[in-house]
Amino acid sequence: MSIDMKQFHSVFFEESQEHLDEMEHLLLDLNTDNPDAEELNSIFRAAHSIKGGSGIFGFDALGSVTHIMESLLDNVRQKKLAITSSMVDLFLSSVDVLKGILESYKSAREIDWTNVNKICERLEQVTKAREVAVTNTSATNDLEGFGFFDEPEKPDAAFGFFSDPIVSSQEDAYGFFDAGDSSALIQNNNEYEINSQQSQQCSAQNIPAKDNKIINLPISSAGTSVHPSESSLTQVVPKIKAADVTHGENSSIRVDVTKVDQLINLVGEIVITQSMLNLIGQRIEGALGEKFQSVAAELERNTREIQEAVMSIRMLPISFVFNRFPRVVRDLSAKLGKSIDLIIEGGDTELDKGLTEKLVDPLTHLVRNSIDHGIESAEMRTGRNKSATGTVILKAAQQGGSIVISITDDGGGLNRERILSKAREQNITTSENPTDAEVWQLIFAPGFSTAEQITDVSGRGVGLDVVKRNVQSLGGRIDIESVEGVGATFTIRLPLTLAIVDGMCVSVGDQTFIIPLVNIVESMQPLEKDIKSLAENDQLLFVRDQYWPILPLYKAMQVEPQFTEVHRGIAVLIEANKHRFALFVDGLVGQQQVVIKSLEQHYKRVQGVAGATIMGDGSVALILDVESLSISTTQPQLQQAS
Amino acid sequence: MAEAAVKQKDQEFLTFTLGNENYALDILTVKEIRGYESVTKIANAPAFIKGVINLRGDIVPIVDLRIKFSVGDATYDEFTIVIVLHISNRIVGIVVDGVSDVVSLSKDQLRPPPDFGVTFDSRYLLGLATINEQMIILVDINELISSEEMGLFSSQETT
Repeated sequence: MSIDMKQFHSVFFEESQEHLDEMEHLLLDLNTDNPDAEELNSIFRAAHSIKGGSGIFGFDALGSVTHIMESLLDNVRQKKLAITSSMVDLFLSSVDVLKGILESYKSAREIDWTNVNKICERLEQVTKAREVAVTNTSATNDLEGFGFFDEPEKPDAAFGFFSDPIVSSQEDAYGFFDAGDSSALIQNNNEYEINSQQSQQCSAQNIPAKDNKIINLPISSAGTSVHPSESSLTQVVPKIKAADVTHGENSSIRVDVTKVDQLINLVGEIVITQSMLNLIGQRIEGALGEKFQSVAAELERNTREIQEAVMSIRMLPISFVFNRFPRVVRDLSAKLGKSIDLIIEGGDTELDKGLTEKLVDPLTHLVRNSIDHGIESAEMRTGRNKSATGTVILKAAQQGGSIVISITDDGGGLNRERILSKAREQNITTSENPTDAEVWQLIFAPGFSTAEQITDVSGRGVGLDVVKRNVQSLGGRIDIESVEGVGATFTIRLPLTLAIVDGMCVSVGDQTFIIPLVNIVESMQPLEKDIKSLAENDQLLFVRDQYWPILPLYKAMQVEPQFTEVHRGIAVLIEANKHRFALFVDGLVGQQQVVIKSLEQHYKRVQGVAGATIMGDGSVALILDVESLSISTTQPQLQQAS
Repeated sequence: MAEAAVKQKDQEFLTFTLGNENYALDILTVKEIRGYESVTKIANAPAFIKGVINLRGDIVPIVDLRIKFSVGDATYDEFTIVIVLHISNRIVGIVVDGVSDVVSLSKDQLRPPPDFGVTFDSRYLLGLATINEQMIILVDINELISSEEMGLFSSQETT
């Protein structure tokens, strides 16, 4: 009776991918002069895990590469071999090859054995050239053992069934239990505690790795054979276990994204049904009505809580996206011969999983742009009294209902004159005296590039318009700030895709629209004397010493209104990003929580509309996208509110 | 041999009327048939896109083929029919004058579509068939609904 191993393949692929990502991350962080023992162990264990699994499934290409890596890494962490920066480069290249092999196995494609053999050769060269002494005879045996089990490693066969390979915890003993003294043990473990708390910039993946060590100890003491310091271990175990509860890697489960999406949909339906119930309940009279109302209020509270909890399931910290950038920056700076410092802030800002995946390409492009075009060469920089090392800051933060991601560089900034002359060359029309902000937006035009040379990194003028389109398709905006000679900042603003929004319902004619509450400053019935006219049908509302451009919603949405004179309707003062205007509607209907339903799922994106919702009576109401509405007003000079 | 048998197998079509003509579309694309209810208008949409409705939680666009192809009278009363279709993972509703039977047609009952004189561009037509002496125009509803001129789906959107 043979077990069909294929069902375990996807778990193996996912876990291996994680191991490879972790290896890459740790290798980049590694201090070659004084490598952290823990990090070396983690890298070793990651390679070891992949090797073990690849043996079970017969993924020989994976096995052969990880096997040699593992031996090398083992020697490094046992201090038999010193790690150099070129070795780190070799390991990083190996990780790349492994990722490629993994892809090939995943999509059942041919393995490029020339690549595999090449990297194995390079790894073996390093092994042979630097071998001090081979104390472990099993190391030489293993060179022939590609893909076959070695006896002591049998527990690895449990790949995917147990959370950690049990054997490696014994190897963890090296260097920790040499003292055999329990006080030294406790001291070491306390250090761990401090380390994992101090690692602010660690990715979510990193933290579990460090905790692996702490978790391993209980497992090994629970299960296996004679180890001299085992007895001293048991004393420490309870302490470790207790302290560990806070970041338990065990306390997570893999869930298919479609299941989560289904849950979110169902919760959305519950919210709608609950508001329908509310509507009916308001018509019940007397004591029964009151009872109903209070229970309905309770239901609304519970529903809101479920909804928030369920939405947070899909939220991932943005560090998942930011994690790849140290590698990108490292490779790019090496390629271009520039020295770059990458600072990442706000990695724990959470956003919806769907967004994280779509952000990778635009962000990568912007970072590469900053490094290629923004940051000047070292000579130019010192000539400008800047440090020879350029700085790129990748930052994420939550601001109200949006998430703001910015890429700042301290390079040369955008060159206004060059952009304007290029725009003229390409016959792109600009206004008479454009503001800086308008000039910067020109670079998003398709085919636009002021690069003097096209490198294979950038300069072709293909990327930025795609970036802008990608950002807009996520419902976001991208802004640029730049000071010549000092640097530039690209800011991406995305709406947090919380499917439920607090909105103000307004009516125009026989249609109801929803305005997100976050954008509303106030609503008022304007006096006729406060309404001033500008040329050509435009009007302004004078409120407390400020002029607000009036945008009639019936015009934007092409609906027959009840009122066409502003003073007979309601003016809702809106602030969206940097734009302010007064939205003229017929009347206010009420305030309520609405579930955002996608318009694009079955139709397409409509300017000025963020989505739709289903009202309590089953009818559809459109949710306004105030930012794109503001863009459609024909008053550019008034849009920029100070 | 089984393959030949499958090829001979009849395909089922839903027949509907637009103006004075009879059309038919692949029954497998039909999700449901409903009456015409209050539609929420969408700004800046062409006249034949009436707006969207709530179909048990999904926001579904409604297209009036009578307006799009200028046939018949685009009236909306209790007899107006909306055929809700499933087209490439999306749901779309089309307004028609009425629906009739579901018919089974085999390949050899189909005649090639003419190049002129028909409301629809011939690339949207699968062919012509005759049932009870009536001419039925078979529409490739997938092609039609996904086409650029319907403008229902955003293929490459440039803002």
